[in-house]
Amino acid sequence: MIELENVSYNYGGGELLSNVSLNLAPGSFHFLTGPSGAGKTTFLKLCYMELRATAGHVQAFGADVRSMGRDDIARARRRIGVVHQDCQFLDHLPISENIALPLAVSGQSTSAEADNLDDLMQWVGLKRRAHALPAELSGGERQRAALARAVIMSPDVILADEPTGNVDWEMSKRLLSLLVELNRMGKAILIATHDLNLIRTAKSQVNARVLRIKDRHLQLAGADL
Amino acid sequence: MRLFQSVPERFRRTSGSEKSVVPPTGFTAQLTLFSAAAMAFLAVFALALSQASGRLADRWSAELARSATVRINAPKDQIDAQTEAVMKVLKTTVGIAEARVIGKDEQQALLAPWFGPDLPLDALPLPQLIEVIEDETGYDSDGLRQRLAAETPGAVLDDHTRWRKPLVKAADRLRSLGLISIILITLTMGAMIALAANAALAANAQVIRVLRLIGARDAFIVRAFVRRFTLRAVGGALVGTALGMVSVAFLPAASTAGGFLTGLGFRGWNWFLPLTIPLLAGLVAFWATRWAAFRRLRELT
Ligand SMILES: Nc1ncnc2c1ncn2[C@@H]1O[C@H](COP(=O)(O)OP(=O)(O)OP(=O)(O)O)[C@@H](O)[C@H]1O
Ligand SMILES: [Mg+2]
Repeated sequence: MIELENVSYNYGGGELLSNVSLNLAPGSFHFLTGPSGAGKTTFLKLCYMELRATAGHVQAFGADVRSMGRDDIARARRRIGVVHQDCQFLDHLPISENIALPLAVSGQSTSAEADNLDDLMQWVGLKRRAHALPAELSGGERQRAALARAVIMSPDVILADEPTGNVDWEMSKRLLSLLVELNRMGKAILIATHDLNLIRTAKSQVNARVLRIKDRHLQLAGADL
Repeated sequence: MRLFQSVPERFRRTSGSEKSVVPPTGFTAQLTLFSAAAMAFLAVFALALSQASGRLADRWSAELARSATVRINAPKDQIDAQTEAVMKVLKTTVGIAEARVIGKDEQQALLAPWFGPDLPLDALPLPQLIEVIEDETGYDSDGLRQRLAAETPGAVLDDHTRWRKPLVKAADRLRSLGLISIILITLTMGAMIALAANAALAANAQVIRVLRLIGARDAFIVRAFVRRFTLRAVGGALVGTALGMVSVAFLPAASTAGGFLTGLGFRGWNWFLPLTIPLLAGLVAFWATRWAAFRRLRELT
């Protein structure tokens, strides 16, 4: 559904990613690892079209990103749920509204999805905090909320940037199981993480491939985990 | 109010999509309201000015164009003969509906306001005046002048154009100044709202970024801002227009006898004209905000 073909990216100070290719097919489960500053977040930004590849082709749902207009990109993003490393909420809205925001901006009735929203808040353990503002939440609570927002539209692709960076192991497993559940429903999942435990646990549940960014290239990390 | 309290808090806070996605900004809101009100207030006056000067110009050109005067300066014993000659000329001129000798009484009445009622007219070497009213087609004033000069050397045709033209021109100029003011006020309001919208867009850069990231189309984001600024502009303009209209309505009435100033104000259905100002303000705000917002959004992914 998202396909990168010989993609390179360069912020201006030399190439950060070179000749990277990847196909996020329905039902696929990928982990993305690499040292800090290797370009994991950059890679995800290429996938959700915040950055344009400086070379190569990125396709989203069959369309070349370069040929997509702003509205096409907006519509494609509704099919991609993203957990950002720094969450990205609207700070003046309570967390429940932030989670429901993708529904609101795509013109769907939030009241029709109220049950769905409730279940989801329950799932990520934020039901009691529904009316808190993002700034009033802990780091882990924010990450859980970000995951809830990423999945509320039931997107085809879920991209998560360090989704378990601030949560304890129990919660990590819980969030992982939600992602695994979604993967079994056919969603493509890509998680950038440093958490080797998380990767191991996932591998015991799904057929996950582990990618590593090393020396600007994307490698398939094999059995060494 | 009770109705609102009975609506569950959650429902109220989650409905109304684009209304709440931009955080409220008290300060810019008040500035926009104030500017819109001030501009509308000024626009009412500019409109009143152009209306009044328009009426003035129309009246002067209409009244003065239709009538002219022939003045006969001649020795006392020749006056009657010359008057008769002039009348003959006038009667045979095409385009003149009526020619009337202005009698001594009437002349006295005309001069009374300046010299008092006891003016000994006989003692003064006053010219004989003949009022000429033209018909629809009008006459050729140069031709008439030449004929008069040939027949009666003491007769001079004064068709008032000499002093009418600059007056009408001045009034017309005043009317265009009023219209130019309205245009300038409109453009200034557009500029101010675009600036305010730009400030709001800059202050909400992060909000816009997040909205784009979760799949909001530009139109959705623009709507949130446009809605806000249009409502503010219309609200401000309504207040300003109302204040302006009240001020115009309570202007001291100009002297009716003089008639030189027709009074700065509106007449009859013209009172509806200023009501278009809030409408115009809304349109201007709508387009200015849209323009500013789409321009800024193009800089984001
Ligand atoms: N907007 C930017 N302009 C210039 N350089 C940038 C920009 N964003 C990131 N970089 C640089 O690109 C490199 C990769 O950044 P990126 O955020 O992709 O790393 P990462 O792999 O996600 O790291 P981490 O694990 O710490 O999150 C870093 O050296 C960073 O400084
Ligand atoms: Mg990162």
